Amino acid sequence: MASVPAVLQSEWTKIRTVSSTTWTLVSAFVVTVALSAALCALTKATFDDLSREEQFTFDPTLFSFSGMILGQLAMVVFGVLVVGTEYSSGMIRTSLAAVPQRATFLFSKIAVATALALVVGMATSFASFFIGQALLGEHRTTIGADNVLRAVIGGGLYMGLIALFSMAVATMLRSSILSLGILMPFFFLVSQILASVPKAKDVARYFPDQAGSKIMQVLPDAMGGNEAPYGPWGGLGIMVIWVVAALIGAYLVLKKRDA
Amino acid sequence: MRTPYGVRMIELDGLTKHFGSKVAVDHLSFQVRPGMVTGFLGPNGAGKSTTMRMMLDLDNPTSGNVRIDGKRYRELDEPLKYIGALLDAKAMHGGRSAYNNLLCLAQANRIPTARVDQVLDVVGLTPVARKKSKGFSLGMGQRLGIASALLGDPEILMFDEPVNGLDPEGIHWIRNLMKSLASEGRTIFVSSHLMSEMALTADHLIVIGQGKLLADTSMADFIHENSRSFVRLRSPQRERLREVLRESGLTAVEAGSGTVEIDGATTEELGELAARHQITLHELSSQRASLEEAFMQMTAGSVEYHAHGTSHAGPPSDQQPGPQWGQSYQSDKGA
Repeated sequence: MASVPAVLQSEWTKIRTVSSTTWTLVSAFVVTVALSAALCALTKATFDDLSREEQFTFDPTLFSFSGMILGQLAMVVFGVLVVGTEYSSGMIRTSLAAVPQRATFLFSKIAVATALALVVGMATSFASFFIGQALLGEHRTTIGADNVLRAVIGGGLYMGLIALFSMAVATMLRSSILSLGILMPFFFLVSQILASVPKAKDVARYFPDQAGSKIMQVLPDAMGGNEAPYGPWGGLGIMVIWVVAALIGAYLVLKKRDA
Repeated sequence: MRTPYGVRMIELDGLTKHFGSKVAVDHLSFQVRPGMVTGFLGPNGAGKSTTMRMMLDLDNPTSGNVRIDGKRYRELDEPLKYIGALLDAKAMHGGRSAYNNLLCLAQANRIPTARVDQVLDVVGLTPVARKKSKGFSLGMGQRLGIASALLGDPEILMFDEPVNGLDPEGIHWIRNLMKSLASEGRTIFVSSHLMSEMALTADHLIVIGQGKLLADTSMADFIHENSRSFVRLRSPQRERLREVLRESGLTAVEAGSGTVEIDGATTEELGELAARHQITLHELSSQRASLEEAFMQMTAGSVEYHAHGTSHAGPPSDQQPGPQWGQSYQSDKGA
C-alpha cells in the first residue's frame, strides 16, 4: 500500500503550487469579513429603522457573519478546483498511476484541502465576529456570552464543510465547470429563494447550507428567521450527513469509473 | 535500484474491454519481455491506448487481467518505481511548473527530490523547469511526460505514441533513449501507428486491430515474412511484353502508369528475357514492399475509420521503411 504520509505530502505540494488556492481562499476571507463589516456598520447607523420584532430578536453574532453568503461561494470554488483541475488537466491519470489505491488518493487529497479550508474558515469566522462586534457599537455581544463561542467556531466549521461538500460533488461530476454550474446557483440562489417561500422552506431547511448555518445563530430563530425543528448541532449534523453521502458517492464514482 | 523485482514481465490474459456494445479490446493475451523494446502497433482506434490504460489500472477491464511480475497494478507498492508510463503529453497541471508537477509525483512514491532535477536534465527541460507547463509546446509536454515516466528509475517503461509532436531531433533522441533503456535490461513497451517507426526501434512486435491480436512476432521474422520483393518493368511495347512474360510462365500484375510488376524473377533474368525478344524497356527495377504496406494489409480488415475515396491497401511501391515521416503519415491517413 502506498504510504499515506507520502501521499499527504504530495497533495500538500499540489495545493500550494497552484495559484487558484491562494486567490480562492483569500477571496473567501476578504469577501466575508469586508461584507460583514460593511453590513454591521450600516445596521448600527440604521438600527432604529428596524421593526420592533427584528430589534427584539437581533442576533449580533449571526449578523456579523452576513458576508458569508457571498464568501462561501469562494470556498465552493476552492473545493471544486482542488478536485476539478485534476480532471480538466488530465493530471488525474498521472496521479492515479502514482497512487492507484483510490481511497488513499481521494481521502488524502480531501483531508489536506479540508484542513486548509478549515483553518481559513476559522480565521474568517473569528475575524468577521470581532470586526463586526466592534462596528456594532452598543448592539454588540462578546465572545464570552452564552453560546457565542459555539456560533463562531461553528462558522469556521461551516465554511470547511462547504468546501468539503464541493470537493465531493466535483469528484462525482468530474468537471469544474459542471460542478460550479450546479453548486454556485444552488447555494447563492435556489437555496436562498426556497428558504423564503412559505411551503418550500419546509424542504429547504434540510438543504446542507440552510441546516448547517443554524450553528451560527446564538438566539434560536433569530431575526424573524425560520423556526427550525432542529437545534444548532442538529443542523450541523444534517449538513454532515449530506457531506458524508457526497463523499461515499465520490469514492464509488472514482472506484468504479474509468479514469 | 536494479532488479530487485524479479523478472519485470507484463502479462495480459484474455484482456477485454467493452464500451457499451462496442468491443474496444477483445481477449488480448500476450507477454512483454524484459531487455528489449516491444512495439505495440495498430491503426488509430485499434485499442492500443485503452489496453495501456488497463495495464495501469486506470480503466477497469470487462474481463481478463494484467499482471506485472504476477501482481495487479493496484497491488504495487509505490508503482512509479516499477513502471513508468507516458500516456498523454498533457496529463499535467498547466498552472504548475514542470519541477512542481514532477515533485508531487516524486513525493507520492517517496522518490528522492534530487531525482526530479536529474530527470529534467535527462529530457533537456532544465532551462524551463520553473516555468508553468501550460506554456509548453507539444514536444516539451512530451518530454515532461517522459521525465515523469523515468522519475522512479523503473524497470518497466511504457510509452503511448512517444514521437507524436516531436521534431526530428526529438524523434532521434527518443529512439536512442528507448534503445539505451532496453540495453540496460529494462522492459520497454511502446505503441505507435507507424510501422516505419517500429521498424527502427522495436525488437519485438505486437500488432492489434479492432482490439484483437493480429501478430506477436520478433521484428526480424516480421520483416522476413512481410517484405515481398519484386521487379518493376515499364515498356512502350506493353502487349508484346505481356505476351513474352506469359510464354515464360511469369505472372505480371498491372500496376498503373504503364508499369507491370513481376514476382519470382530477378532483374537479370527479366533484362535478358527482354533483350532476347528485342523489347525496349524504360524501366527495370528491383522493388521491395514496405513494412508499412505489410502492416496495412494485415490490418486492412480491421481498420475502424476508413477515409473515403483514397487508396486501398495498395499496390506495392518503392516506399522503404525509413525516415520518410510525411509519407508514412500520409499513407497511414489513407488507410
